[in-house]
Amino acid sequence: MTKTLEVLSCGPAVTVQDMGRSGYLAQGLTRGGAADVRALFEGAALLGQSAQLAALEMVGMGGSFRATADIRIALTGATMAATLDDVPLVWNASHLMPAGSTLKIGGARSGTYGYLHVGGGIDTPQMMGSRSAHLSAGLGEALVAGDALPIGTDKGSTTGMSLPLDDRFAGGHIRIITSMQTDRFDEETCARFATTPFRRDARGNRMGVRMDHDGAPFVAADQLTILSDVIVTGDIQIAGDGAPLVLMCECQTTGGYPRIGTVIPSDLARVAQATSGAALTFGFIDLEEARAIEQRAAASNATLSAQVVPLLRDPHSIRDLLSYQLVSGAISATDNPFLSEE
Amino acid sequence: MAEYPRIRRVGLSGLLVQFGEEMSEPANRAAIALRAAVEAQDWPEVRETSTSLVSTFISADLVAAAPEALTEKLHALLATQNWYSAPLPAGRTLWEIPTLYGTDEAPQLEEAAEAAGVSAKTAIAELSAARVRVLTIGFAPGQPYTGELPPHWNIPRQQALTRSVPAGALVVAIRQLIIFTNASPTGWRHVGQTAFRTFRPDSDAPIALSPGDEMCFPSVSAAEYTRIKAADTSGNGGAQRSVLA
Repeated sequence: MTKTLEVLSCGPAVTVQDMGRSGYLAQGLTRGGAADVRALFEGAALLGQSAQLAALEMVGMGGSFRATADIRIALTGATMAATLDDVPLVWNASHLMPAGSTLKIGGARSGTYGYLHVGGGIDTPQMMGSRSAHLSAGLGEALVAGDALPIGTDKGSTTGMSLPLDDRFAGGHIRIITSMQTDRFDEETCARFATTPFRRDARGNRMGVRMDHDGAPFVAADQLTILSDVIVTGDIQIAGDGAPLVLMCECQTTGGYPRIGTVIPSDLARVAQATSGAALTFGFIDLEEARAIEQRAAASNATLSAQVVPLLRDPHSIRDLLSYQLVSGAISATDNPFLSEE
Repeated sequence: MAEYPRIRRVGLSGLLVQFGEEMSEPANRAAIALRAAVEAQDWPEVRETSTSLVSTFISADLVAAAPEALTEKLHALLATQNWYSAPLPAGRTLWEIPTLYGTDEAPQLEEAAEAAGVSAKTAIAELSAARVRVLTIGFAPGQPYTGELPPHWNIPRQQALTRSVPAGALVVAIRQLIIFTNASPTGWRHVGQTAFRTFRPDSDAPIALSPGDEMCFPSVSAAEYTRIKAADTSGNGGAQRSVLA
């Protein structure tokens, strides 16, 4: 019998996401996929499986879920309040979710996009080569209560593993490089852009994240005459109001507003995860530095599993504490009892 | 034109060949032809390609390989011919899509006609008889930007956006017509309504149109439009299609 994950209730913006779909730019469809790709690699490392498998992306808040069989889960991305049958679960860790138990994932404590991964991956049918919903394109739908998601074959069995929490959830400094229209802005404007403190505006989603700042708007030399041209994820578009909009994974493929630069892929998750009001700055780096950073990031994603460590168990979180044999046999004065922890 | 075609780096995502600063038919044709030529080269570092109005985007992993080598290859390819006189691709399709102009279904026909300096009746006659080419697909999946209409249709986009036009809306501005893929706010004026679906996610061929295809929007009555809309399950919206020689 196929295993399924049942959605008992969920927030308004929970979708199935993987790495997205390539090959459709010419037909007007951007890659889409997870807003925080690093979280997909983390989930894969925690469960010891491929980062290509699909997970649930939860914007701001999660939902309640139940599985029809024992499954393994991992929680990554923005930290959310999570319980399994009312017992708190550690974030950025993998856990066993027994059949019939209820997983509740509440609001985000820091960051915006949280992820629920399952051993074997969410196995919904592929649409144009991917399982990702691309809501702005009209592809797929947000989950609703009553949905039952098929789960793929899980080849692993380990749970209770964790990864150190990353710092990408509270804004900060964003590295950008020049792109095809940077020279439409004069040097003074580019310099001012790179020294201006920004705040993430409340208006932000998988298509784009708007930035607020105090002071004069940013304007290109010939703002209104620029012909519509290709857009890539990470482009920082300056619209008519002079406020920057960082274009995210579900952006459109072309646009007529000038773009002052492009966020390097490694820092896009930091933009996506920043919550409303978070402070951000942007700084230009040169192409070679950006390439070196991205090469290191790719290597880091590929070797994340080496950072996975067993969860240190807090006795307060062990439900059946009394059933554990806490003291046994003779006590040695020389053995270090803490070394026996698995 | 001396500075075109020119090659620009697009972040870490690839290279862009621009054939001009403004929309022109030869530059659009050049962009479409170069894209086909790059695809035919089958360069291993190229992930995918696309065209905008007058440019060709070559998606390539600039993290794995610095852009210089690909830039040189593109320069060499550009030097092989005059791209502005390249022929249109073979096997293009002509689409004739029944369109209901004006009425409550497309409430900005009169406003657009006035901006173009013609009567509503003349506007319907002109838009209905125009044969335009798909210049690019973009913004939303399968959404065509078509042109060019006669010069008096060089009407500006509205300052204030229309809150939403429905999928299948035929809208006009700057000598171009668009059929919207999804309901969307827009600054373009809503002059006609079609039952044509530019994006059919559940179909084997989700995207019907290709750059270089030609399109006509013949006027039909409200009764005929209603009949087509009710009967159509394919997404073609009663369109006739034929292969252009």
